[in-house]
Amino acid sequence: MWFKNILLGISILFSALGCSGQKVDSKPTITIWHWMTDRDATFQDLAKKYETLTGVKVNFELYAPSDAYSQKIRAAAQGINLPDVFGILGEKRDFASFIKAGHILDLTSYMEANNNGWKNSFFPKALAVNEFAAGNSYGINPGTYGVPVDIMTIQMVYNKKLFTQLGLNPSRPPKTLQEFLDIGPKIQAAGMQGLVSGWGEVWMIDCLANDYAFNIMGKDKVMATIRGQVPYTDPDWVKVFSIFKQMQDSGVLAKGLVTMINKSAEQLFANEKAVFAFNGSWCVNVYKGMNPNLEYGAILPPQASDKYPMSIWGGAGSSFMVNARSKNKEEAIKFLVWLTGQDQQAYLSRATNNLPANKNCLAKIPEVLAQFARGMEYATHPNVWGVSEFSLVIEAFDRGIQSIIIGEKTPEQVADEVQKVKERELNKRRAK
Amino acid sequence: MTHKSMKLKDTLENYTFVLPAVTIFSIFYIIPFIWVFQLGLFDWDGISFSKTFVGLANFKEIFLQDKNWWQSMWNAGYITLIALTFQNILAFMLAWACDREMRMKNFYRVIFFIPPVLSEVVVGMAWRFIINDIDGANVINRTLTQMGFPHLVHNWLSDPNTALTTVAIVHCWKGFGWGFLIFLAGLQTIPRELYEAARVDGASAWQSFKKVTIPLMIPVMVLVAILTVLGTMQVFVLIVSLVGGEFAGHTSVPVLRILASMRGSSRFGYACAQGITFGLVLIIISFIQYRFSKKGQ
Repeated sequence: MWFKNILLGISILFSALGCSGQKVDSKPTITIWHWMTDRDATFQDLAKKYETLTGVKVNFELYAPSDAYSQKIRAAAQGINLPDVFGILGEKRDFASFIKAGHILDLTSYMEANNNGWKNSFFPKALAVNEFAAGNSYGINPGTYGVPVDIMTIQMVYNKKLFTQLGLNPSRPPKTLQEFLDIGPKIQAAGMQGLVSGWGEVWMIDCLANDYAFNIMGKDKVMATIRGQVPYTDPDWVKVFSIFKQMQDSGVLAKGLVTMINKSAEQLFANEKAVFAFNGSWCVNVYKGMNPNLEYGAILPPQASDKYPMSIWGGAGSSFMVNARSKNKEEAIKFLVWLTGQDQQAYLSRATNNLPANKNCLAKIPEVLAQFARGMEYATHPNVWGVSEFSLVIEAFDRGIQSIIIGEKTPEQVADEVQKVKERELNKRRAK
Repeated sequence: MTHKSMKLKDTLENYTFVLPAVTIFSIFYIIPFIWVFQLGLFDWDGISFSKTFVGLANFKEIFLQDKNWWQSMWNAGYITLIALTFQNILAFMLAWACDREMRMKNFYRVIFFIPPVLSEVVVGMAWRFIINDIDGANVINRTLTQMGFPHLVHNWLSDPNTALTTVAIVHCWKGFGWGFLIFLAGLQTIPRELYEAARVDGASAWQSFKKVTIPLMIPVMVLVAILTVLGTMQVFVLIVSLVGGEFAGHTSVPVLRILASMRGSSRFGYACAQGITFGLVLIIISFIQYRFSKKGQ
């Protein structure tokens, strides 16, 4: 009997607990997906700080490497499982596809509130990457669709100690292409390695080639080429391709550059085995981790022509987008406003050696980082051009430059091949 | 109960038993395959909810226009050829040696099986370090110099003439352990009495090998060959970690092309069509190998 009573008592207890009202947590939890391994610890610190201040819990979930993250985001978009806040890795057309599918919230009204208070806190070029202008070729309503968290520029860096060993003045790095090429034989004679970069992963080749295209023919002609009005066989484009041959012939490029991954390039430069590197401003943090005593400076790629100013890729390094379907979108926006505030941006910059997106906190950053920041003046990016080159053309372009460097093809041959791919893609578009 | 209704009951019972297996197989194999084929008929960026039906246009582009795709197939075929010959002959010879009475054979068995269980990324990075001259130990070039062949010294991974072969050799190093293990298992199933009988009949070691070992090992060889083709044609992680990617097309392989279509070009429909084409090629090759083995038997 006593056993039955105990059982009855337990059942009543469980029923009572089961029927009791659930504790309602009025504060939501914001989930953010990102791929930035180097910034994760700082993001977690900031999330804790935000929770202490507001009671809102922020979960930063890291998915690395970036390729895996990119796939995860796409899969989540298909399953409509995107988190409250996420970043997109890819080209502008991918960004546009996410917006068209209704995954990303238009932040224009939030940016423009309080006399453009939030909008004005950012570097305009950092914000531009997240904007779609009126009449854009992607068919997106004009507006701002992302929040830049930091900025980046991709430039050249040079090792000051190796410069001295080569008998060069470390405070006078090369400004023209010819000066740069003249260093090649000295590098070869000294048995050093010249320029290192992640050109095995190709997109950085595209980046440097575009820098020179802007320098040689100006933005308008580059845009006209993308629109299909100027062929890649144009003499100016052949000049761009020829620069890579000149670099290879002069000996200013490191051996094995075409199969070099960026991690190897960073190791070589940080270990003082290479005189130059072509890398993004994120490298400041990488080099600091690998060799805190490395003495180097950041410069614009040496100019090939004085007809147009040198341009470099730059703008928003990483941005966060708000899920338009999230029930926590208002809280998510409040958090992003806080995250991009002056103090948080300064903290993020100090802790990770990345350039802040908030223009009001540049005062106290290391000199090398400031050199990268000054490059913002010359920054451009395919994501702000309003038109995109066909990806198959970009592929042919990058592969072609690799072929030039290994001496397999001439600049004219590559120009011809790229133009053929371009015409084929244009015909396909016309047929649609 | 009539005979007819009993038979019907039996049939239904049998179907009920196989239903779970058929359901699981359909959900995880048949339906995804059909779905991928269906996606191959669309122009789709992988993000939008809308897709444009293009019929067989993606397949037409693959077969008639995409030279990069067929170059990647050729490259994968080249690596596979090296794996089928060099890797499998090495695996067979080592398995044969370990099957015989020799000292420390268990130690060798363990050693030979270490490379296959290592991650491809680790193997790629390690060999990159071993091979490369400026960011590595430059072991091969140093050895060549010490052996009196300084004229052969060069950057193995960045030379278009040697990059693919270097990748293939590293792939063989990583993969021969699987073949070794299967060959060894196969050799151990051959009754020892057959060798003894052959010896009594006056057969030499070579004749025993030719007349006893080889014929009895043919089914195992076919199995290893099919597994080698399927595994090697799909190689890509090793290539990414060794040379960073497609290296102006010289180290391009089908899986890298599919990835480029999906990730680089955002052409999911086209990537699915490439996947289907690739799958069909592998099925045809495996079928041909199987038919040949049947004929041989």
